[in-house]
Amino acid sequence: MITAGIDIGSITAKAAILQDGKILGTRVIFTGYNSSQAGKTVIDELTKQIDLSVEQIDAVVATGYGRNSVDFATKAITEITCHGAGAHFLNPEIRFIIDIGGQDSKVIRIDENGRVVDFAMNDKCAAGTGRFLEVMARALEVDLDGFGDICMQGKAPAKISSICTVFAESEVISLISKGETRENIIAGIHESVASRVSALAKRVGVVEPVMMTGGVAKNIGAVRALESKLETTIQVSEYAQVNGAIGAAILAGR
Amino acid sequence: MADQPIAKDPEKEKRKIKSVSKMKEIMTTYYIEAKTARETGKKVAWITSGGPVEFLIAMDVIPVYPENHGAMVGASKMGVDLCEKAEEMGYSRDLCSYARSDIACSVTNGGPIGGLPKPDFLVCCNNICGTVLKWYEVAARYYNVPLFILDTPFIHTEMSEASRKYVIAQTYEYIDFLEKQCGKKMDFDRMHEVSKLAVQGLRLWQEVLDTAAHKPAPMTAFDAFFHLALIVTLRGTKIAVDYYKQLRDEMNQRITDGIAMVPNEKYRLLWDNLPVWYRTKWLSDKFASHNACLVGDTYTSAWSGVMDLIDEDNFIETGAVAYSSVYINVSLDIMLETLKKLIKKYDVDGLVMHSNRSCKPYSLGQYDLQKLVMKELKLPTLIIEADMVDARSFSESQIETRIDAFMETLKS
Repeated sequence: MITAGIDIGSITAKAAILQDGKILGTRVIFTGYNSSQAGKTVIDELTKQIDLSVEQIDAVVATGYGRNSVDFATKAITEITCHGAGAHFLNPEIRFIIDIGGQDSKVIRIDENGRVVDFAMNDKCAAGTGRFLEVMARALEVDLDGFGDICMQGKAPAKISSICTVFAESEVISLISKGETRENIIAGIHESVASRVSALAKRVGVVEPVMMTGGVAKNIGAVRALESKLETTIQVSEYAQVNGAIGAAILAGR
Repeated sequence: MADQPIAKDPEKEKRKIKSVSKMKEIMTTYYIEAKTARETGKKVAWITSGGPVEFLIAMDVIPVYPENHGAMVGASKMGVDLCEKAEEMGYSRDLCSYARSDIACSVTNGGPIGGLPKPDFLVCCNNICGTVLKWYEVAARYYNVPLFILDTPFIHTEMSEASRKYVIAQTYEYIDFLEKQCGKKMDFDRMHEVSKLAVQGLRLWQEVLDTAAHKPAPMTAFDAFFHLALIVTLRGTKIAVDYYKQLRDEMNQRITDGIAMVPNEKYRLLWDNLPVWYRTKWLSDKFASHNACLVGDTYTSAWSGVMDLIDEDNFIETGAVAYSSVYINVSLDIMLETLKKLIKKYDVDGLVMHSNRSCKPYSLGQYDLQKLVMKELKLPTLIIEADMVDARSFSESQIETRIDAFMETLKS
C-alpha cells in the first residue's frame, strides 16, 4: 500500500510517501501564500522525484495549519497526532517529542504505541519558534543554515530577557552597539528559545527518551541549548523536518 | 414562487429549545423596566453577579448587573470596540474585559442596549474577584452615588467563625444601607418570601442542569450559558421560578422523546471557566463536529453550588456563609472536590478548561487543577487560551488545532 502525508506549515510544506512501512521519499518546499497550491506542488514534485504517479497513491492524510486546504486528502489530522505517529515510526522507544516549527512550538508525550497522552503548545506569541530565530538571524545578517553552528562558538551567552520577538530584536541591536560578540548574542538567542520551550516541556512532564522534530531540529545550537535546559539528551532524526508528513503518511495507511 | 419561505430543516427545528422565546421576552421586559425606572419611580442598584440580590428584591429595587451586560456585549461581538475605548481612556488591556467594556459603555452609552440605566447606588461583593472593588469605585465616582461593599473573606479549608460573624455583621449593615437609600424599613416577611423564592429558583436551576446528566444530554453547557441569566438577574422572584419550571419540564420531555442537543453524542465533556461569549456558536459547532457534547460546566453551576448552605428561614446568617463559599472564593483543594463531583455526575470523557485572560481568580491555578485531574482521575484535559469578551485574545486556527488534537486523543 502506498500512502502519502502532506504537512502544510506556516513557512514550509512537506510531503512524505511511504510503501508498506518504508519511506520512498520526502520533500520540502516553501508554502507561500497559497497553502492549497503548496499541497499540490509538493506532492507533484515528490512523485516526480521518486518516479511515481499521483494515481498510485492509495490514501493521503493532510496535517499542519493548512490541513483543511488540501482538497485531495483522504482526511485531515492535526500535526500533534502526526508527530506522535512519525516519531514512533522513526524510533518506537521515543516517549516525548519537542517540535519547533515556523510559527509554533509544541511538546507531545506519547505512549508505547505512539498514541498522544498529553500535549502543550505555545500561544499567541512567536517566542520559542522558528520565526523568532529567523527574525534574529536577519537582524544579525547571518544565514539561517549557519545560525546554529555560530551559536556553538559563543563562550558566554548574552542575556536576552524580552520574550517578545520585536522587543528581543531591539535588545539584540542594543547588544551589538555595546560591542557584544555576534557568537555570544546568537548563543543568547538560542538560550532564550530553549527557556521558552523547556517551560512548555516541563508543564507536560518530560519522559525519556526525547526526540526533537520540526525545522528547528536542524539547528544544532537549538538542540544543544534545549538539552542543557532539560538535562537530557535529545535525538534528532535525519527526517526531523518531515516527521509530521511521515506520521501523516503512516496514519493514512490505517 | 420566489417569496416562498425557505423550508426549515426539521431535524434542527426539533432540537431547538422552545423556552428560548419566553426567556428572551422576560429579559427584554426586565431591561425595559430597568431603563424606565426613573419614570416609574423605582430605584436602580448595580450589583456584582455574586452579590446578595435578594435584599434588593425585597426592598423593591431593580437590580442591574454590569457583568450580565458584559456577557451581552461579548455575545453581540461588540467587546473589542468597547475595550479599545476603555484603553483609550487609560485602562490597561490587562484589566477584565467586563470591567473595560462596562466602563466604556457608561461613557459612550454604547453596547447592545445603549448602556445600562444610571444607578441610584451600587452594591459590590468581592466573592467573585478583587477587580469589582476598583470597578465599582470608578462607577461610584462617575455617577456620584453611594457604594456598599460586602467583603467575603477567602475560604482556604472552611469558613472560620470570625469570618462568619464578620460577613453576618456586614449583612446587617447592608440592610441599614438599603433602608437609608430607599427611605423605608426592610419588610422581613417580604424578605422571607424572597428567600424562599431564591432557594426554589436555585433548586430548579440545578434540576435544569442535572438533566444533562442523561445520555444523550437534552441540553449542553452552551444552552446553560444562555439560560443562566435569570438565576443571576431575577433570583428571588417568581418569574425565575416559573421559568425554570417550564425549562426543566421541557428538558425532561426531551429526555422522554429522546431528543439530544448534539446528534450522535459520543463524547461528553466538562467546561471550566466563563464562556467565550463571542464564539459560543463556533465552539459549539466545533465540538459537535466531533460528536462531542459539553454536558456540564463549573460556571453555571456556581450559583446553585452553594444552595444547600442556605436555610431559607434564616437567610441573613446562612446566606452570609453561602455567598462566601462560591466556587472561586475557595481554595484549589475545594475547587478540585467540586470538579470531581461534576466529572462523576455528568460522567464525562474529558475536561476543557478556558484559561480566561480576563478572569484571574478563575484562571489562576487551572494548570494545577489540570495536573491533579489527570493524575487522580486519569481524565484527559485541554486548556484553551482566550477571553470572555475581548476577541483579540482568540486565535481561531490555534484553538482549532488544540481542539482537533484533543479530540483525536480521545478517539484513539
